[in-house]
Amino acid sequence: MSVTREEVAKIASLARIKMGDAELDKMVPELNNILDWVEQLGEVDTSGVEPMTAVIPNSLRLRDDVVDAIPETSGGRRDDVLANAPVAEHGFFGVPKVIE
Amino acid sequence: MTDFTQLGVKDIRDGVAGGDFTAREVAESFNAAVAAAAELNAFIVTTPDHALAAADAVDAKRAKGESLGKMGGVPIGMKDLFATKGVQTTAASHILEGFKPEYESTVSQNLWDAGAGMLGKLNLDQFAMGSSNETSYFGNVNSPWKKEGTNSAMSPGGSSGGSSSAVAARIAPAATGTDTGGSIRQPAAFTGICGIKPTYGRCSRWGVVAFASSLDQAGPMARSVEDCAIMLEAMAGFDPKDATSLQMDVPNWEAALNADLKGKKVGIPKEYRMDGTDQAILDSWEQGKAMLRDAGAEIVDVSLPHTKYALPAYYIIAPAEASSNLARYDGVRYGLRDLPDGAGLQDMYAATRAAGFGDEVKRRVLIGTYVLSAGFYDAYYTQAQKIRTLVAQDFEKAFAECDVILAPTTPTASFPLGSLDADPLTMYLNDVFAVPASLAGLPAMSVPAMLNPDGLPLGLQLVGKPFDEQGVLDAGLAIQQRAGFEAQPEKWW
Repeated sequence: MSVTREEVAKIASLARIKMGDAELDKMVPELNNILDWVEQLGEVDTSGVEPMTAVIPNSLRLRDDVVDAIPETSGGRRDDVLANAPVAEHGFFGVPKVIE
Repeated sequence: MTDFTQLGVKDIRDGVAGGDFTAREVAESFNAAVAAAAELNAFIVTTPDHALAAADAVDAKRAKGESLGKMGGVPIGMKDLFATKGVQTTAASHILEGFKPEYESTVSQNLWDAGAGMLGKLNLDQFAMGSSNETSYFGNVNSPWKKEGTNSAMSPGGSSGGSSSAVAARIAPAATGTDTGGSIRQPAAFTGICGIKPTYGRCSRWGVVAFASSLDQAGPMARSVEDCAIMLEAMAGFDPKDATSLQMDVPNWEAALNADLKGKKVGIPKEYRMDGTDQAILDSWEQGKAMLRDAGAEIVDVSLPHTKYALPAYYIIAPAEASSNLARYDGVRYGLRDLPDGAGLQDMYAATRAAGFGDEVKRRVLIGTYVLSAGFYDAYYTQAQKIRTLVAQDFEKAFAECDVILAPTTPTASFPLGSLDADPLTMYLNDVFAVPASLAGLPAMSVPAMLNPDGLPLGLQLVGKPFDEQGVLDAGLAIQQRAGFEAQPEKWW
């Protein structure tokens, strides 16, 4: 399976990465090389094989039902959360106008 | 006077504890060595004050007769993939330039709690994507090693290339690394040092910039097996903040080290004998077998039939997870924002990500987006995850017949920076021997074996059963004792 220039442009748009013509021209053969190479996975008979979901058997834990049990991952840290924002106003992230 | 920069983790810890020298003297020596080694470009930022403050705290504790911790007085390098509170954390990307976390990663906090200090944040391949340290936004890292008779800049390996370069150059006694598909082991092999990736889940991923979450594991890089055992003990441990953290006690690996391998079986996987592998690598493998036999082990042949499919499966799974993980870099919450005149939100995302990600990162995000997209998901992603199951089953069957597996770490020695630029695929092949253990979540280590005819280090890899870091470390120690690898790069920086 190989991808066309239009398909790469579409993927870039889905991934929200702006790409100019020159960059697309360079990316198409590179992606096709990689996709051609991974094509060999099709040779393997995987009927009856379960796709891996957890690499080391581990069960999901339940934590104690306590508010703010782990301070670092709990609430009340608005200023910390906003500290690295390119634009923060009135205690919120600032973004360009979304609604016309 | 002692040259402190020649000391490793254990010697520094024991020397400080025994009062032979102070932690401050050690930190000052390494700070000076770091400052004098700018040409290596191993560090993105240096933090001499952090190292001194930690050292002073250790010296003060000693004066009071308190316990100094597993890493008491040892200054280390921190891969710039670990969030460090108030210290820029970039993952070597432009998109995170200037990001100063408001929190500390669990692994780095564990190390500070154990008495370690930080010399600085180490350079790496951007978002840990690369095998040569040429994808960093902050420039290539130079290996301290040179190919005999040449002056070309050599690759320290990747992605933990700042870590490997710094430890090999003796400007840090040890450093943290992370390994997604070989990023601790391959750079360790390229620079003549040790590095271990523990079982998936041993070290918390909380506060580690995510690349491929089902594969990412932190581990130590240091100059000896003992030093790796000590530092891994300090780094590992259950963390409720990481849903995949292993709820198990951390063994006392250092105390249990035992290079006597009587009664142990070492598996040699025949599929690792691949076309294109350097003769010197094959020779080192033969020597490794002889060393382990000499340590009392029995050498047995094992088969890992899906080995050749591990790397292509990895290059579907890792980019798929990366494309999802890296969706968070959008110019809204942290890091770079590129807002062209009159642009809306969607244009801002696309412009920010175009300006903030390097070529290799873009390539992998696009591959990941493609293999996860409607219509292609089953053919690529599901098939790769099934093959991942088969790779893990291969190991399970092999470990019914042996205790630990011995293989080369890499198919070649280090190469000159820039020499593999033309084709991303050639670069990927560097990790052909490292990726299978990553896909199976197994503990794996690289230890230096010998120099090749060009005077460059070669590493041997040990892969263990899940949770059996001890078996890996013990076999590593047996090789270390017999290989007697003492070579150091000649100082040119």
